[in-house]
Amino acid sequence: MNSARSRTDGVAQGSAGGRALSTGYDAPPASDDAGDREDGPRVALKILVAGGFGVGKTTLVGAVSEIRPLRTEEALTDASIGVDDLDGVAAKTTTTVAMDFGRITLRDGVAIYLFGTPGQERFWFMWNELSRGALGAVVLADTRRLMASFASIDYFERKGTPFVVAVNCFDDADRYDPPEIRTALDIDPHVPVLMCDARRTGSAKEVLVSLVEHALRLAGGSR
Amino acid sequence: MDPSDVPGAPRGPGRERWLDAAAGPIVRPYAVTRGRTRPAGEPLDIVAILVATGRPPAEPGRLSRHQRRLLALCRRPHALADLASDLNLPLGVIRVLAGDLIESGLVDVQRWSTPVSPTGQPTMIQPHTDQNLLRMVLDELRAL
Repeated sequence: MNSARSRTDGVAQGSAGGRALSTGYDAPPASDDAGDREDGPRVALKILVAGGFGVGKTTLVGAVSEIRPLRTEEALTDASIGVDDLDGVAAKTTTTVAMDFGRITLRDGVAIYLFGTPGQERFWFMWNELSRGALGAVVLADTRRLMASFASIDYFERKGTPFVVAVNCFDDADRYDPPEIRTALDIDPHVPVLMCDARRTGSAKEVLVSLVEHALRLAGGSR
Repeated sequence: MDPSDVPGAPRGPGRERWLDAAAGPIVRPYAVTRGRTRPAGEPLDIVAILVATGRPPAEPGRLSRHQRRLLALCRRPHALADLASDLNLPLGVIRVLAGDLIESGLVDVQRWSTPVSPTGQPTMIQPHTDQNLLRMVLDELRAL
């Protein structure tokens, strides 16, 4: 499984030639903050929102950002495997898949892109692309259907993608404590588990904060 | 009309198919890329940021309508996902069109580099592992 991960990582490192930017986010000009946001993103960070069908992925993305539609398609992802054979392409079926994403624009041209990833296995080709170079992932869980989260958790553990588990507290679901959830899902002790209400902006924001804190710890920084 | 009713329409496993009703129309999207499904260079990340170089196209007439719109949008930096959404074209199509613009020097991919390194040279730390960047993101998220 390590070989699969290193293969996709290799693709990520070798992105197309471009120019290096000198950056200066340590000394932000406070005055033209608004103008800065108008200038478009300078660096983009990906966060995946994964989980079973109907668990509230789009709700969570919509609670912290403006949702935008995006079309992608299955045939293309075969390209990311590195097969460079155009003959095969003609025979492939093209399947258009609709997905949503949201963007949070921070200062200094830093933007966070949130992708609600379809949970079914047939969409996993998209996960490979999305998880490459991702800041991390939120696994949304529903206590009534915890098993629906297993596949996502396995996936991110295997990929080494930082992730947190956020239990979306549906009104009619039984309440559990995070330790109970952790045991039920067999999650490593260092992985944050928190309860949330995906409809509420503040709650969704806390989930993202928890994820970034976790990613920062894994990157070697404290906090 | 069912496309398979058309004489000479592709049949069998090579035919385009619908996955979900919500997936939207299949308009043979690769018609706008003249049949190419692969970009010229490395596949661009879904959040790769593209920006116009400002160089004038050598042969403006050879740019397609979509490429001209893409180029116009890239006067300001745009992430690939935003371009696909703005132009309402599948991501893969945008990849091919953008790949052409990059190849012809009209568009660049913005690279992230951290400002300081022990050697004084810009380092190529990936943004998602850049601790300074993550700290800044954390502060900003908390303040939202």
